[in-house]
Amino acid sequence: MNETTYIAAFIAVAAVATFATRVIPFLFFERHTEHPLVQHLGRYLPAAVMALLAVIFLQRSTSWTGALPGLDALLPGILVICIHLWRGNALLSIAAGTACYMMLQQTAILGA
Amino acid sequence: MKNAVFKLTLPILFGYLPLGMAFGVLFTTQLDHAWWIAPLMGILIFAGAGQILAVSLIAANAGLVEVFVAMFVLNARHLFYGLSLLGQFRGAGWRKLYLIFGLTDETYSLLTSRTRGPDKAYEQWLDFRITAFNQCYWVIGCTLGALLGDNVAFDSTGIEFALVALFIVLTLEQLKALGESFPVWIGAAAAGMAMVMVPPAHQLIGAIAMVTLALLLHYRRTALTLGKEGMSHE
Repeated sequence: MNETTYIAAFIAVAAVATFATRVIPFLFFERHTEHPLVQHLGRYLPAAVMALLAVIFLQRSTSWTGALPGLDALLPGILVICIHLWRGNALLSIAAGTACYMMLQQTAILGA
Repeated sequence: MKNAVFKLTLPILFGYLPLGMAFGVLFTTQLDHAWWIAPLMGILIFAGAGQILAVSLIAANAGLVEVFVAMFVLNARHLFYGLSLLGQFRGAGWRKLYLIFGLTDETYSLLTSRTRGPDKAYEQWLDFRITAFNQCYWVIGCTLGALLGDNVAFDSTGIEFALVALFIVLTLEQLKALGESFPVWIGAAAAGMAMVMVPPAHQLIGAIAMVTLALLLHYRRTALTLGKEGMSHE
């Protein structure tokens, strides 16, 4: 297999594998939309998944080598929560948290 | 309405541009392939972590079966996303295929968190636009990264925190809309457990599997309680 064939085959396989993970629930559960279990998952899964994405990505944004490990991501995270509870404006909360995080990262105030 | 979709997806723009660029830079600096293959992967694959993993797989000249397994396992968390969108995507016609194709973490977050009107066809059209906007941001990021290499002048270090902030905001919004906090605690607890017990590459799928299991148990318990109540009424 030469390089061009390989990269074409690679992209095709990677695309099919990724699409498969996304389409499988629609193939296997489409006829069970009204099932109470599917409704139960549909009701609660998004909130649970959102919380776990927030926690895991928050942890990945932090550097554990600083003087106060975890604080460089926790502080902007708490700022997002406070501003969002205060104003309820998603873009404002996200912009404030991101600006705070960027400042902490770029100035390394908390020690990188 | 154009502006509403743009505003809704703006945090994704701030998250996807730097991440897409990171992939593009990685692609052109690590591999000897034409630069345009990076955006092509953004168009055909559309998976952040998946594409970054793909760079090391290409570099290692990995076998195609291995590629399939690696990509499937890495993206396996998406297996659970469709479950909460089955009804929502029903009857979307040709758009449905694209809605499913574009179901990344971030798109899923937006589609399951936004408020919906009664006009289903219109809401599905908005879902479609949201997905397409997100993919545009991603492909633009991949292109810029691949073209610029590492000569990026603007210090955007940390701007990808926009996605973390988005997940936090959407958790709060879910909490408000649902009026019940237990799924949020289950999600946070599962994330904590996965972070302690599972290596980083499998944390997301580990946590989502735990969350689904917990919700299954919760479903069984509520079903049992409801069943008992039903009997006591007889």
